[in-house]
Amino acid sequence: MTKTILTVDDSPSIRRMIAMTLTDAGYRVIEAVDGQDGLAKATAAPVDAIITDQNMPNLDGLGFIRALRQHPLGRGVPVIVLSTDDEDGLKAQAREAGALGWMVKPFTQDKLLAVMKKVLG
Amino acid sequence: MIDEETAAVFREELRDLVDSLERGLLDLKAAPADMALVNQVFRDLHTVKGSGAMFGYAELAGFIHRFETAFDRVRAGEVPVTADLIRLALAARDEIPRLVEGQADTEGRRAAILDGLAALRPEGAEAAAGGADAVAADTDRAGADAVGPMALEFRLLGPALGLGARPEAVLAELRDIGAVDIVADLAEVPPLDQLDPDQCMIVWRALVPAGISEAQVEEAFIFVDAEWKLTRLPVADGGGFDFGLEPAEAAAPAQDAGEAAAVAAPVVAAQAGPQAGVQAAPMAAHSAATIRVSAERLDALMDAVGELVIVEARLTELARQSRDAALMTTAEQITRLAAGLRDATMTMRMVPMRSLVGRFRRLVTELSDRLAKPVTFAVLGEDTELDKTVIEKLADPLVHVLRNALDHGMETPAHRQDSGKPATGVIELSAEHAGAEVLIRVRDDGRGMDPAKIRAKAVAQGLVAHDAVLTEAQIFGLVFEPGFSTATEVTDLSGRGVGMDVVRRTIESLRGAIEIDSKLGQGTTVTLRLPLTLAIIEGLLVEVGGEKYTLPMAAVHEIVALPQDRAEPKRTGDFLDIRGRFVPFLRLRSLFGCAGAAPAEQNVVIVSAGEQRVGIVVDRIVGTNQTVIKQMSKLHAGVRAVSGATILGDGSVALILDVGHLIGLGRTMPVGPVAVAGTGFAEVAA
Repeated sequence: MTKTILTVDDSPSIRRMIAMTLTDAGYRVIEAVDGQDGLAKATAAPVDAIITDQNMPNLDGLGFIRALRQHPLGRGVPVIVLSTDDEDGLKAQAREAGALGWMVKPFTQDKLLAVMKKVLG
Repeated sequence: MIDEETAAVFREELRDLVDSLERGLLDLKAAPADMALVNQVFRDLHTVKGSGAMFGYAELAGFIHRFETAFDRVRAGEVPVTADLIRLALAARDEIPRLVEGQADTEGRRAAILDGLAALRPEGAEAAAGGADAVAADTDRAGADAVGPMALEFRLLGPALGLGARPEAVLAELRDIGAVDIVADLAEVPPLDQLDPDQCMIVWRALVPAGISEAQVEEAFIFVDAEWKLTRLPVADGGGFDFGLEPAEAAAPAQDAGEAAAVAAPVVAAQAGPQAGVQAAPMAAHSAATIRVSAERLDALMDAVGELVIVEARLTELARQSRDAALMTTAEQITRLAAGLRDATMTMRMVPMRSLVGRFRRLVTELSDRLAKPVTFAVLGEDTELDKTVIEKLADPLVHVLRNALDHGMETPAHRQDSGKPATGVIELSAEHAGAEVLIRVRDDGRGMDPAKIRAKAVAQGLVAHDAVLTEAQIFGLVFEPGFSTATEVTDLSGRGVGMDVVRRTIESLRGAIEIDSKLGQGTTVTLRLPLTLAIIEGLLVEVGGEKYTLPMAAVHEIVALPQDRAEPKRTGDFLDIRGRFVPFLRLRSLFGCAGAAPAEQNVVIVSAGEQRVGIVVDRIVGTNQTVIKQMSKLHAGVRAVSGATILGDGSVALILDVGHLIGLGRTMPVGPVAVAGTGFAEVAA
C-alpha cells in the first residue's frame, strides 16, 4: 500500500524538493506550510510518517510535535525533524517532544530516501 | 533532479531571505547588543547556506559558510558588532544574488570581504576552514576504524514504539552489515495486562563480524532511540548524529503531556523574533497560509477581470433595453459577481509598503554615514498596502526624495547644534490610507526651504516672471519644474537639477500628486498622494457637448445645479457660493471648445483634492460606472487634462478627466493665465 508522508516546512522550495523526491520514489506526499497547518493535516487523516522543519511561523517544529503526540492519530507516527540547526540541546528537546530523529539540512535526495526507507521500511 | 521550477521557487525565496538578512543587519547596526538580532541574522545565513547547498549552489554555500563562521564569533560574544562588521556583512549580502547568478568575482570582492571578516576576529587562525566539509556536515563517518568481531546488545528506550520506531528495520539493517546469531531476550517482557504498548521491552543480542566499524553499527540506530552496547571494544552510547542521550536520561518518561504543552508556548513566542526598528509588527501573524503567484499571472487576472467588468456593463445595458425580467435578473447577478471578483483581485494585488522600506533603510544608513550627518530614520505605517504597480514605481521617486532630505534638507551636526537642534536629525517615512488614496510622507527636521531663495532662483532661470504673484505653495511647486535646482554645488548625490521633475512625472503617471510643505529652519515634508489602485475605479459618467467623460468618484464631492444667473460667463470670474464658501468653477464646454449651445439646465460637479475644491460644469450627469482604466497612447502624452480612457457598456470610449489637473486650472484662474500656459488648454474662460 502506498505510504503517505506529510512534509511540514515554511519554505516552498524545500517542500517542493521533498515532495518531488518522495513522489518519484512512490510515496504519497501531503504538504503543510507551518506547524499549525501540519497539525491540522496530520490529525485530519492518518499519515505514515512526518518530516518537519524546526523554525517555522505560527507553530514551530517542537510545538507541532508536542501537540501531535497528544492527538490519537499522532501517537505512533514517526516524526523526523529536518533543520539547519545542529545543536545537541535542540535535538534533546526534539526527542523529548516526541521526535524519532533529526536530520540536518542540507541533505541529498538519496539521503532523504534512505532515511524514509529506514523509517517506513 | 532539481527541476527549473523548483530552482525558481528557491531563488524567489532567497530574495526574501536576503531582504530579511539585510533588515536584520541594519537593525543590528542600530542595536549592536541585541542578541536576538544576532541570532536572527545567523539563522538567515544558515538557511541561505543550507538551501543553497541543497539546490546546487555550492559556491554560494561555501561563501556563506565562511561568512557565517565569522558571525558565529559574534554570536559567541568574541567579536563585537561594529560598523565595520555591518558594512562587510552588507557587502557579503550583496554577493548572494551575484553568486546565485553565477557571476564571476573578477575584482576579488569576495576574498576581500572574507579577509575583512577574518581580520575582525581576535583569533583568525583557522579562518578559511573550508566550506565544503561543513556544508556536507553529516554522518558519513562509516568505514572508519574497522575492528575485530564484537558482541552487540541493544534495547529500545522509552516510548520508542509510541514514537514510531521500528525495531525490525534495525534488525534488517544489522543483518545487512553481516550481524548473525540475533537472539531476542524476552525476560523483561511483562504479562499482557501490564504491557505498555508504547514501550518495547525486548533485549536483542547479536554478533557483529570483524571489519564492521562502530559507526556502521551506529548507522543502524539512527532513527531508533536505543541503548546499545558493543562489547570487546569499550564504546560509548549512540551519541553524535542522533539524540545521543544517556540511558538514564532517556529512561525518564518523555510523554508528560502537560509539561510538554507548557514548554511549547514560549517556543512559539520566541519564533516571532525581533522586529525591525520603529514599528514592532507581529510577523508571525503575517505568514499564515500563503501561496506565491507570479506577478504576470496577477496582471493577466486583472486584465481578464477588467474585460469582464466592461462586458458586464454591456450586458447590463442590453438587458435594460430588452426589458426581459429574467435577463435583467441574471445581469444583476453577474454585476454582483463581477464586483466581488474585482474586489478580490484588487486585494490580491495589494502589497505592503514594508517590501519597499528595507532598501530605504539601507540607503539612509549609508548616506548618513557618507555625509557624516547622523539621522534617525523612522518608518510609520509599513503595513499600509498599495497596488503592486504603484509600489514598484514608487521606489525611485522615494529614493530621490529621501536623498534630497539627507543631502539638502539635513544640516551638519555642527549647524544643527548652532541652531539649537539635537545633533542627530530625524527623517520620517510614513504611509497612511486616506479615503481612496494613500498618503506617503517624507518628513525631515532639517533646515527647511527658503521661499525667497527658490523664487530668486526660478526668476534667474527664467522659469517665472520677476513680478509674478505666487503663493508659498506655488513657489515650492517650482522645484518640480524641469531644470530647477538650488544646490549651489553639484554633488554626486543630488543637485544636478534633474530629478524632482522626474519625480513629479512619475507620481503623476500613477495618477497621484506631490506636494511640498516647508518651514524655514524647521524642516520639510514632501507628501505623495497616490490612488489605491490603478486598474479599476468607481467613476461618475458625465456628458459634455455630446461626448461622455468619466470623473473618478473618489474625487467627487457633490453635484449642484448651475444657477441660471451663472449660465453665462462673467467678467468677474466664475465662482459659486456653496454654503458660504466660494468655489471656482470651470466650464468644460468652453475648455474643450464644444460647438452648439449649452442645455438649459447644467450641472456642476464639485471635485476635491485635499482642501482644494473646484466645480466642473457639465451638460448632463449620466450615472456611476465601473471604470476600467486604459492608458492613453504615447501620442496623447502631452494632453494633461485627461488621465486615461475607458470603454463603456455600449462599446464607446469615454475619456477619464484628470481631476488634479482640472483643480490646478481652477485654482489658478484668479492669478491669471501664467500657470495655465503649456497645459494644452491655453484658453480659460475668465
